[in-house]
Amino acid sequence: MPLLDVRDLSVVFQRKGAEPVRAADGVSFTVEPGQTVGLVGESGCGKSVTSLAIMGLLPRRGNRVTGEVLFDDTDLLTLRPSDLRDRRGRDIGMIFQDPLSSLNPVIPLGVQVAEVLERHRGRSRQAALREARGLLDAVGIPDPARRLKEFPHQLSGGMRQRALIAIALACKPRLLIADEPTTALDVTIQAQILTLLKELVDDSGTALVMITHDLGVVAGLCDTVNVMYAGKVVERAGRHQLFGEPRHPYTEGLLQSVPRLDVDRGGRLHQIRGSVTDNIPWSAGCAFAPRCDRVIDDCIGDTVPLEPTFRGGALRCTNPVPTEVPA
Amino acid sequence: MSETLVRIDDLKVHFPIKSGLLFDRTLGYVYAVDGVSLEIRRGETYGLVGESGCGKSTLGRGLLRLVEPTSGEITFDGVDVRSLKGEQLRLFRRRMQMVFQDPMSSLDPRQSVDSLLVEGLKAHDRHRDKAGVRARLRSTLDSVGLPASALSKYPHEFSGGQRQRIGIARALVLGPELIVADEPVSALDVSIQAQVINLLGDLQESLGLTYLVIAHDLAVVRHISDTIGVMYLGSLVEEAQGDQLYERPLHPYTRALLSAVPIPDPRVEDRRERILLAGDLPSPANPPSGCRFRTRCPWSQPRCTAERPELRIFDDSGQRVACHFTAEILTGELRPHEVRAELVHPDEGRTPEVGSELIVTRTDLPTP
Repeated sequence: MPLLDVRDLSVVFQRKGAEPVRAADGVSFTVEPGQTVGLVGESGCGKSVTSLAIMGLLPRRGNRVTGEVLFDDTDLLTLRPSDLRDRRGRDIGMIFQDPLSSLNPVIPLGVQVAEVLERHRGRSRQAALREARGLLDAVGIPDPARRLKEFPHQLSGGMRQRALIAIALACKPRLLIADEPTTALDVTIQAQILTLLKELVDDSGTALVMITHDLGVVAGLCDTVNVMYAGKVVERAGRHQLFGEPRHPYTEGLLQSVPRLDVDRGGRLHQIRGSVTDNIPWSAGCAFAPRCDRVIDDCIGDTVPLEPTFRGGALRCTNPVPTEVPA
Repeated sequence: MSETLVRIDDLKVHFPIKSGLLFDRTLGYVYAVDGVSLEIRRGETYGLVGESGCGKSTLGRGLLRLVEPTSGEITFDGVDVRSLKGEQLRLFRRRMQMVFQDPMSSLDPRQSVDSLLVEGLKAHDRHRDKAGVRARLRSTLDSVGLPASALSKYPHEFSGGQRQRIGIARALVLGPELIVADEPVSALDVSIQAQVINLLGDLQESLGLTYLVIAHDLAVVRHISDTIGVMYLGSLVEEAQGDQLYERPLHPYTRALLSAVPIPDPRVEDRRERILLAGDLPSPANPPSGCRFRTRCPWSQPRCTAERPELRIFDDSGQRVACHFTAEILTGELRPHEVRAELVHPDEGRTPEVGSELIVTRTDLPTP
C-alpha cells in the first residue's frame, strides 16, 4: 500500500473578473514507504502548488482544491485544520526553497527546532533543546551547542538549509517533501545538502518527494520521476528509463537543451521553441503542442490521457518518441 | 584572432566597511577582487566561474569601471582604461557593454523598448538621423530574434527569455566590441536558456564580438567559452583552454567544483566520485592567510598557510594554476585528508556598502 496516494489533485485559482487559472490539473502519483519520487518541471508547471496542496498550505480563499490526497488512507484534504496540524511536522515534514525566509528571524535557532518537539512529542523546553542539539549535529552543523542560541542571520545559506532539514526531520516523519531545497545554494553546498538528504533518507527509511527544475539533481536521487508541464504530469518513469529513453517530446527536449559536463560540447544546443506561456488549454488537446516538434493532427482536439506504459511508467502523448524496443 | 583585446593586470577591488553615525570610520575592507590578471583575445569568449561571493561579478564591473578598482591596470585595445576621465570614459563605454542577470529588474518598466534602445544612442549622440535610427533598431531587434512590433511595447509584455533578448539588444545597439554578460541565463527556464545561449553564439559569429561571460553554472560556461577562469575568494585559482579544464582540472577547488555539478544521467551519477568540500566560503573581509582555499582543501599542507600560491603556468598546454602542490596531487603522491568544517559567520563580513558614497548622510540627526 502506498504511503502517499495523490489522486486527481487539481488546484484552481479564481480571480475576480478574470479566467480561473488551473495551476495543477488532475495530478496523480503515489509514493511508497522509503521511496524517493521526483516532480520535475519548469516554472509555472504547478509543481510547487501541488506540494502546497498536499500539505494544506494554500491560502483558504481564492482557490479551489479538488481530488484526494491519501496519506495512510486518510484524505488530508478533508481533515479538520487542527487534525491536519497534528500531522504536519510529525508525519510529514517539509523543506522549502529559501531557508532565510522560512526561518523566523527573531527567534533563536534552537527554539525553532525545539518547538516542533514540544508541539508533537510533548517534550519540555529543556529536553527539546537537548534533542535539538543532537539534531543539528546530525545534519552536520558544527558546534551545535553554540548554534542553538544563534539567530538565522548569523548562519550561512548552507547552514540555514541544514537547520531547516533538522526541523523537518525532528519528529522522524515518514514523508519528507522538499521543494527546490538546493536552488538557492552554490554547487559545492548543493552537493553537501544532496548527500546529506540521501544519507538521511537511506538511514531512516523516510519517503521523499523531491520537487525541482534541475534534471541533474533528480538523476542522482530519485527512484521515480514525474515530469510536469502546464499543470499535468506528462511522463512518469523510473529514473534510468526516463533519462535513458525519454518518450515524451518535452522530456526529450529538456534533456537535450541542458549543456552537459560529461559529453563533448557540440555547436548549438537543442532548443525548445516558444516559451512556457505558449500553451493551449489541455481541454483543446495537448498543451505542449504549439512548441512540440513531433506535433501531429491528433494532438489537437481532445485532452490527451495519461496512459500506462508497458514498462510501468505512464505517458501523456499521442506521438511519443519511438523506443528501440517496439512496444 | 589571437590579438589581445583586454588585458587585466593585478586588478584589485576593495570595498571599505564603514560604521558610525556622525563620522564614517573604516573598520576594514572586503577584498572582493584581490589581484587578478588575465587576458581576453579578440573574438573569443572568456568564461569566469565561481560561487557566489567569489568576486566574479565585481571583476566584470571593475573592468567596465562601473565600480572603481582600487589598484591594478586595465588595457582595452591598447587604451589604459583606468586613466580615462569624465567625457572620455563616457564615450569609451560605447565599446564595452554589459548584459545583466535579471531581465526583470534591469529594464525600466516605464520605458518602451524603443526608448530603452534609443537611450544609449542619445547618450552617444547617434540619434539625429531619424531614418538611420529606425533601421538600426529594427536590425538590432531582428538580430536578437524579436519582431519590429516589439518597439512600441513595454518590458512587462514580454516573457523572461524575450526580456533577456531586449537586454542583449540594448547592449548591442551601440555596436560594442566587448560584452560583459553577468549570469545571462541563470534567471531563465531550462528550455529558454538554450535559446539565449545559442543566440549569444550566433551574434558572436556574425558580429565578431568578444565576450566575458560570468556564470556559476559550469556546464553553461564550458559550452560557450574558449578560455575559462575559475575564481575563489577574489582571485583566479585556475585558467585553461576550453575542454582542458574539464579533462584535467588541476586545482583542488576546480576538482571539487566539477565533481559537485549534478549530471542529468543516472548511470553517470551512480558511479561518480564526489569530492565534498567541508564548510562554507570564508568571509572575503577576513580571508585566510596563505592560500585562500586551504581551510576547505582536502590536500592542504603547512606550506599553504604560510605562503600564498601565485597563478603560474603549469605545463606546455598553457594551463595556469595557483597551487603549491599541483604536481604532487596530479601524480597521487599527496593523498587527500579529512577536513573539519570551520564556522563561517556571514556577520563578520557584512555586505559592504557599495555606492554608499552616493547617499547623502544627514548630519543633523541627534545622537542617541
